[in-house]
Amino acid sequence: MSAASAPTPRAVPSPGPTPPVSALTWISIFGRLLAMQGSWNYETLIGNGIGFAIEPALRRLPGGVHGDAFKTAMTRESAYFNAHPYLASVAVGALARAELSGVPAERIERFRIALCGPLGSVGDRLVWAGWLPLSSLVALIAFGNGVRPLAVVLLFLVMYNAGHFGLRIWGLYVGWTRGLAVAGALGNPVLRQGPAYIARAAATVAGIAIPLAAARIVAGDRVTLGAVLAGGAIVAAGLVRLHGRVEGWKLVLVLIAVFALVSVAR
Amino acid sequence: MRELLPVAMLGGVLGLDVVCFPQMMISRPIVAGTVAGAFVGDSATGMLVGATLELIALATLPFGASRYPEWGSAAVVAGALVAALHIDSAGTVTIGVLGGLATAWVGGWTLVKLREWNAFLARRKRSALDHGSRGAVVGLQLAGLTSDFVRAMLLTTLAYGLLFPVARAMSALWTFSEVTSRAVTVSAACAVAAAAAWTIFHSARGARWYFAAGLAVGLLLLTMR
Repeated sequence: MSAASAPTPRAVPSPGPTPPVSALTWISIFGRLLAMQGSWNYETLIGNGIGFAIEPALRRLPGGVHGDAFKTAMTRESAYFNAHPYLASVAVGALARAELSGVPAERIERFRIALCGPLGSVGDRLVWAGWLPLSSLVALIAFGNGVRPLAVVLLFLVMYNAGHFGLRIWGLYVGWTRGLAVAGALGNPVLRQGPAYIARAAATVAGIAIPLAAARIVAGDRVTLGAVLAGGAIVAAGLVRLHGRVEGWKLVLVLIAVFALVSVAR
Repeated sequence: MRELLPVAMLGGVLGLDVVCFPQMMISRPIVAGTVAGAFVGDSATGMLVGATLELIALATLPFGASRYPEWGSAAVVAGALVAALHIDSAGTVTIGVLGGLATAWVGGWTLVKLREWNAFLARRKRSALDHGSRGAVVGLQLAGLTSDFVRAMLLTTLAYGLLFPVARAMSALWTFSEVTSRAVTVSAACAVAAAAAWTIFHSARGARWYFAAGLAVGLLLLTMR
């Protein structure tokens, strides 16, 4: 996240006293966070998911679920919102705190808009382009080393979800404890510098994983494996030079389809 | 085809994980292919095709509104196909990967349609949403989750139902050797994985040297076997 794109921490005061929220409510909110993208669409993106996740907390507003405060807050929180689904927990925590603390509606709406960009870009770089490929590649190394299927699957799921659930829990916690001043938490070193470290680790792991996984799948002699890796390197160089004009997976689909046709027709 | 119903249910659950719930990445090919293989009685073969698809899937990152292949249901179809065909056929892994890629392509299209469907439902509930209706918000979320599960289950059912007889026929007519078939398939998958690694990580300082160092370690490990 660039410093320029983040909401300025000094623009908001420290949050007021913490409103009481039961453990059951937190469990309910966390469970709903896992379904954040349940109604993802091209118009409100995850807006409805934010409203869905924050709803258990909003029940504590004066008048309960039938009160005007609840309905006004639900309308506000279910509107358009965009963020990485895991880091949306930061928004849910902060917005729940703001709504229950009686922060004026205009300020909440400004805060909501300001939060969209940073929570999207940070999450995409940290998770989709960092932690997920790193976890996949580590699992591929295990696979390439002949580890049993169940162990490979467990290794991947435990590693990936340690980061996944950790990020969601941290996000909800900092969002709730810092309220509208949560922007400062987005300067956390893990979020700012983590993607670069993860990228270097993943690049190293990719170098190890690709030949090991190839060797296990091909299960041929060294000459065959050498040809596989050399052929792969040449095609990879071509794909890189095309700068994304050809999607790799579609190219593979066409190549394998032609290969299969030749195999059954000759 | 007695396995069709459990495979379809598995495809529904793992397809749901891709975007909607709970995004624990049980839908990644290396997981989904292995589990589907286990459902049909051969997790090791399922993992072979799952790992191959995982190499290819490294190139497609699920960024927000971007269009990407749906790997969850696809890997279930691929894993179940290869496990049902058994490993003794020379073209099994190649046929499974081909079936998985084709399903992933169609699955990506169904995700776009699901998002349009969700938008349609949200428009119909606009008035209730504007009045802060709790029922409308919860209902939309549950409708979206249910639609996604049904989408993934139908996709898996259709893909497996259509591809299984085709795959069996192809398997019987396959002429290339097992090593050649796997070599071609894996070479293409490695190319996509290496290109993806470059595309994703090259902006990090020194990433090419880290990759080269890793590659040296990987090749060293292979020569020591």
